[in-house]
Amino acid sequence: MNRILANEKVCMGCGLCEVYCTVQHSKSKDLLKAYNKEKPRALSRVRLEVSKPISFAIQCRHCEDAPCATACLSGAMKRNAKTGLVTHDENKCIGCWTCVMVCPYGALRMDVSGKIVAKCDLCHELETPVCVANCPNEALTLKQVKA
Amino acid sequence: MMPRYVIIGASAAAIGAVEAIRDVDPNGALTVISEEKCPQYSRPMISDFVSGGKTFRQMMCREEDFWKENNVEALTGISALSLDLAEKAVMLDNSERVSYEKLLIATGGKPFIPNIEGSDKEGVFTFTKIGDAEKLALKLESARSVVVVGAGLIGVSVTEALVKRALNVTLVELQDKILGLLLDAKGSDIMEDVIRKAGVTVVTGQSVQRIVGNSENSKTVGSVVLTNGEQLSCDVVIIAIGVIPRTELAVGTEIKLNRGIVVDSHMETNVPGVYASGDVAEAYDFTLNQNRLLPLWPLAMAEGKVAGYNMAGKKTEYAGGTNMSSLKYFGIPVVSMGVTNPKEENAYEVLIRHVPERNLYKKIVLRDNVIVGITLVNDVERAGTLFHLMKTRVNVKKFKKSLVSEDFGLALLPSPLRRTMCLGCAL
Repeated sequence: MNRILANEKVCMGCGLCEVYCTVQHSKSKDLLKAYNKEKPRALSRVRLEVSKPISFAIQCRHCEDAPCATACLSGAMKRNAKTGLVTHDENKCIGCWTCVMVCPYGALRMDVSGKIVAKCDLCHELETPVCVANCPNEALTLKQVKA
Repeated sequence: MMPRYVIIGASAAAIGAVEAIRDVDPNGALTVISEEKCPQYSRPMISDFVSGGKTFRQMMCREEDFWKENNVEALTGISALSLDLAEKAVMLDNSERVSYEKLLIATGGKPFIPNIEGSDKEGVFTFTKIGDAEKLALKLESARSVVVVGAGLIGVSVTEALVKRALNVTLVELQDKILGLLLDAKGSDIMEDVIRKAGVTVVTGQSVQRIVGNSENSKTVGSVVLTNGEQLSCDVVIIAIGVIPRTELAVGTEIKLNRGIVVDSHMETNVPGVYASGDVAEAYDFTLNQNRLLPLWPLAMAEGKVAGYNMAGKKTEYAGGTNMSSLKYFGIPVVSMGVTNPKEENAYEVLIRHVPERNLYKKIVLRDNVIVGITLVNDVERAGTLFHLMKTRVNVKKFKKSLVSEDFGLALLPSPLRRTMCLGCAL
């Protein structure tokens, strides 16, 4: 599986990762529409962590022993042993925030509705996640690891 | 064929154990004994069921064919009556015996019902299982007002469900503050205010002394009388005070009992090959550094997993849990973990951020510069990072001021910690 690595030494804090993630998870998947027309605006699953001069972007690490999946009350959060992906079923999520409570990375966010969780899906339908593909300074890179 | 593994109970701890056993041993015969006819659903979701938000199917926390898929013989609607530890067998209420090599007692808890006169009347409910929720939901169709006894996590969850069904609700709490096991006075006041604004009558410092029948039928609930003598008319009373461990099977055996079943770090009891997990067991609390009852779904799942791995021969230690809950009720997310309301204040350092107009309240309790308690009201997204610092006992002296700041996040952690924390990050 792919794992996204962040390198704070070369991150400029430009936030393009968040922009492209927002677009990717919007209805239109179009930059202008996603930002100007869609209300509420889609939520970025990657979060730029900033404490100047430090910045880096973090999204779900797809942990092997994922605490969110063990803690999940409804079975919405699961780890797929074959793909290594930690997946989140929005239809099963009850927004109890139990996963949020145990994620060390703060990588699980409240969806714009405030009623369910939103998280990184590693853009699994794309070859390269959009945050990595659009990072201008290669502060986000992909690494192949065993699932 | 003799089952290699037998699990009594089919809720969180059992599910965790089944998944762990199958991770190690795909084929060993595995039997689950469940007194409920419809095992494998999320008990914390019964409030979503009662509110009408979720159907039973949506409450299944695993695939519908979970047992089959995991090659489990699920004996449903059948109770375990007693244990024969010498012969390694479980006696069932259908007069059958099931032998085991490894046994997991995951019988959970049952609602605590205080000695209230009239608590046997029609219209009095408890609130832990789907059976309770189904009966309650049916009754609510013709009900108008409800008294909920106990304003802890379960009481508040059922209260919200009732409000969603547009019922008149009175929430009665014996202590001075609601959610007292989770929140301090300030946090509790925020939630009480929000709950009142939703139309609920909150009565604290009172308990229900007597449940009185109605004018037409004395066997059906008509009102309750509080300790101060006040009488509140209602059609339904829900008792949500808490759960007590279902240790009956272990009573009178050599299995060591305290309030719950005593287990070691492998979730094994003093009887080799017999394990216990979930609400029935006293597992490790890393905040208090002792074992105790912590009847919480995520911990039951984690404990069951540890038991399952050990039963299947993969030595695994339970890292422990603590009193930790997240709440989603009345539109205010809340996370509470560890020691949130310390009694001997001198031994602790307390960091607070309170913004009343936003119902925002953050409180971090430190002991010797290590986090031992976390309260977050209406801003919980960074709870997990704080929890990680608490669980791994990180000395936070250098950055403690940032812990309750609005912009707390990974970038505020000192650099070695950022590096070790961020799995797979080349920071």
